[in-house]
Amino acid sequence: MEHPLLLLQLFFDSVGLGEFAHHYPNVIYSWLVMLVLLILAKLGASSIKMIPSGGQNFFEVLIGGYEDFMVDVMGEEGRPYFPLIFTLFFYILCMNWLGLIPGMFSPTANINTPLAMALVVFVATHIVGVKVHKMKYVKHFMGPVAALAPLMIPIEIIGHCARVLSLTFRLFGNILGEDLVLAILMFLAGLYLAPLPMMFLAIFTSFVQAFIFSLLTMLYISAALEEAH
Amino acid sequence: MKKFALTAALTGLFVMGISAVAMAADAGALTELAKLFSATVTAAGFGIGIAAFGTGIAQGLAVKGAVEGTARNPEASGKITVNMLIGLAMIESLCIYALVVALILLYAYPMAEPVAKMLLK
Repeated sequence: MEHPLLLLQLFFDSVGLGEFAHHYPNVIYSWLVMLVLLILAKLGASSIKMIPSGGQNFFEVLIGGYEDFMVDVMGEEGRPYFPLIFTLFFYILCMNWLGLIPGMFSPTANINTPLAMALVVFVATHIVGVKVHKMKYVKHFMGPVAALAPLMIPIEIIGHCARVLSLTFRLFGNILGEDLVLAILMFLAGLYLAPLPMMFLAIFTSFVQAFIFSLLTMLYISAALEEAH
Repeated sequence: MKKFALTAALTGLFVMGISAVAMAADAGALTELAKLFSATVTAAGFGIGIAAFGTGIAQGLAVKGAVEGTARNPEASGKITVNMLIGLAMIESLCIYALVVALILLYAYPMAEPVAKMLLK
């Protein structure tokens, strides 16, 4: 597969960090998404008024709506974990949508970005479980009946590790697949604007994948929060 | 049923014909590598095809359940649609795992180096 033409890599070439930019496009495009999100957040929260307008209004709708949905799914005790979940959702959404712009590359289309985020979720669920339940967190792994514990513990451990793999591959496979389809359609019939209908579908599937990642995070954290059998 | 049997027999003959031609040619290690390559590509194609087959049926059942639920209770259509989309994404992820394996077979040629060293010794 030939290397596509990426605008940010050209910019880094001119600055002198071309080697780094060509080997790690996912890192530099993650920086771009972070910069855009920080600027948006600064603009949205710069002057907070009682009656919101403009950027503050947009963010209030987005964050308030998502927080209500989260409390619906997780219950009231899940409210402290909202920053992690919303950050995952919005960050993944912006990274997925970035790849649809010509000349840009989704960081999630490289396996390292989803893997990093899945590991963060894995560590977060265990930290939450230990913080809330202290040492009784081990009872989560022991199954419904104490006699079955030697059988259940390996199964639960493998299940927890499978969560990391499934989160990673779901996000990575979806976004890489959509990037590949767009590239192949462009190669086959680019002059007839063939990728365009696929791009509309890609907007929707990118949103769904970001939503599913954050929803699964919510479910895993609420499973760690609930009382063991 | 007859048509299916006919198609299966023709496919089998086609595959055997290809391998017969390959064996009739210069039976060196390069032919072995070519057979390995063609087997890999065939496996990738069939793998994703079978995965898509199962995914199509499963997602069809999910949408069927959602549409029937909405038909019985149009007021709950919002919640039903959200649950349907979550279920569809879960089912689709199984097909994506198969797609990732197929992409690995097509583009990363696992074990190609060790096998080539073994065959060309």
